Amino acid sequence: MKKNNLNIHNLITYGIVVAAFLFVSILVWTGNASRHLQAMLVPIGLNIILAVSLNLIVGFLGELTLGHAGFMSVGAYAGCLFAIKYAEILPTAVRFPLAMIIGGLVACVFGIIIGVPVLRLKGDYLAIVTLAFGEIIRSIIINLEFTGGASGLKGTPQNSNFYIVFVVIMITLVVITNLVNSRAGRAICSIRDNRIAAESLGINITYYKLLAFVIAAFFAGVAGVIYGHNLSILQASVFDYNRSIEILVIVVLGGMGSIRGSVIAAVIITALPEMLRSLADYRMLIYAVVLIAMMLLNGSQKFDKYKGRMNIGGLFTLLKNKKSAKEAG
Amino acid sequence: MKKITGILSLVMVLTIIATGFSACGGNGDADKNTLVIGGIGPLTGDYSTYGVSVKQGAQIAVDEINAAGGVNAIKFELKFEDDETDATKAVNAYNTLMDDGMKVSLGAVTSGACIAVTEEAKKDGILLLTPSGSQKECTQYDNCFRICFTDPQQGTVSADYIADNLTAKKIAIIYDKSNDYSVGITDKFVAEAAVKGLEIVAKQAFTSGTSTDFSAQLQQVKDTGAELVFLPIYAKEAAFILKQAKTAGIAVPFFGCDGLDGILEKLGTDNQALANGVMLLTPFAADADDTKTKNFVKVYGEKYNGQVPDQFAADGYDAIYTIKAAIEKAGINDINAADFNTKIIDAMTQVTVEGLTGTMVWDESGDASKDAKAVKITDGTYVAI
Repeated sequence: MKKNNLNIHNLITYGIVVAAFLFVSILVWTGNASRHLQAMLVPIGLNIILAVSLNLIVGFLGELTLGHAGFMSVGAYAGCLFAIKYAEILPTAVRFPLAMIIGGLVACVFGIIIGVPVLRLKGDYLAIVTLAFGEIIRSIIINLEFTGGASGLKGTPQNSNFYIVFVVIMITLVVITNLVNSRAGRAICSIRDNRIAAESLGINITYYKLLAFVIAAFFAGVAGVIYGHNLSILQASVFDYNRSIEILVIVVLGGMGSIRGSVIAAVIITALPEMLRSLADYRMLIYAVVLIAMMLLNGSQKFDKYKGRMNIGGLFTLLKNKKSAKEAG
Repeated sequence: MKKITGILSLVMVLTIIATGFSACGGNGDADKNTLVIGGIGPLTGDYSTYGVSVKQGAQIAVDEINAAGGVNAIKFELKFEDDETDATKAVNAYNTLMDDGMKVSLGAVTSGACIAVTEEAKKDGILLLTPSGSQKECTQYDNCFRICFTDPQQGTVSADYIADNLTAKKIAIIYDKSNDYSVGITDKFVAEAAVKGLEIVAKQAFTSGTSTDFSAQLQQVKDTGAELVFLPIYAKEAAFILKQAKTAGIAVPFFGCDGLDGILEKLGTDNQALANGVMLLTPFAADADDTKTKNFVKVYGEKYNGQVPDQFAADGYDAIYTIKAAIEKAGINDINAADFNTKIIDAMTQVTVEGLTGTMVWDESGDASKDAKAVKITDGTYVAI
């Protein structure tokens, strides 16, 4: 059992992220990274955290939610309000992690509040209710005084950087991949695969659903806090349903239930519109076309077979087979 | 399940490599004496009218200056990036422009994006002159200036104008609670209206999510017997309001601020008559008689398929001429000089610019002081009143 917890598949995922991180770090240190690339790193990292956490609900629990931006905004405002209040009192090294934990926990609380009544719903109904939740949160934030209303919350110290985001990404990956491979994770997957069978085995459906929901909400909240610390202004309007759908697109494109896919798709979806800047007026058009092409390609069986051959994991299996073949021979 | 793969990882790595190196060759212009001015604004999305207008107006000014041989042998070059009205994307756009050798930034067209950009511009110490970022914090640092009015200024001036020049005493307001611009104007308008003896009989809010059906708000306005409806909102929503007001049988005049600029375009060619009698406070009217405006309107129409410039285009145009004035004042003739930034920023508080949007001077706060003009829409054109 223990061996499974850290299987090769997950190690490769970690490896890809670490390698990409080192590669970019070297670019930055040697002065070869453009400012544009450096500015994009935090948004890319945020989308990785958001996509991986949403994948837990959409991919592993098998429920469609459209409220991820709502959790992100709750966390962002909680963490940033805390950071503004203690900006002068606490040193950054204490305040920022604390703000992230507070943001995450507040998002958790909202996850429980929303989750308990809502998780009795399934499929489309859940999607609609979570969509409404996200919009309600946004409206409330806009109408409150202490959140800065429509003009936005200003004055959050700008502490986010690439390295902090990297650490949070790694924590997110380790927590979620291990959760998925644990007893709880198998229970969550069993709910997706056959709810009635899972229930008949004595799995507490509500409990495990809520667990997945709350953990995903926590990381969305943390991502929100990092977002808030990255810009000098936090506007509720960015957390609209388009944001939730953007995260969902990343998860679907990367492959539901594939953590590594979410990571890679997050990089592509975030970087693509920025890379197309040189196309000026045709930028959004090309972006849309590329998205459609990628979705079609992802759904095609031929491409899937081709991918299977080119798989890094497949390479390992190949090596292993050769080795065992040699031993046998 | 295990869908993901080498190909996608390869794409990811290529993505990073491509972005990492794409800008390396971008600094070639720095050797020449060409000042790269970077603009950021929505060129796509709901508010793209504003970004496109600013871009086009600024481009005309740049072309004019270059045709006249530049300023002190310095040529101008305008680079404009899309931000989709999003703060994160505005910062990305800003950094793209820095990679391209930007020396003076036009900030961002919309307030929220502009505030995020001020933080970056402060770190780089370059001059930021936003044509249309109207929220107070858009000029929060010493290197930040603006061409347009601030939101509070507009609220106060609107109330003053209505009280002093119009007969209406009972005012209804329909405003966008989710929009910083709208809330900023409304707050000051209400405060100033109380001072001036205007009665606010209705204050109806909407949020951008529900911005197509205004029948409830209009019914409220009708019931209160308001004599004038104040619309401190953007043209997109105002177009719906005008259409639905006609259906609801509301015949009182409408009064708006510079956000209402572009209403004729949003109404479409078939509904131009709906805008008849709408008044708006704008520092720029395309049918003004002075030669400067006439020239600008003519060139703009020729260059952009007969479009009529709005206030945002004029703001963009004025921003470029303000940069020119600052360079002249500071006597800069080499943009690569080490003290370029300090010199041009110092000069900003000393220049007086006679622009399309009025005669402007700047103080330490970075806000331009200038007069507002009210215009009335008659048969599809702005007429000064």
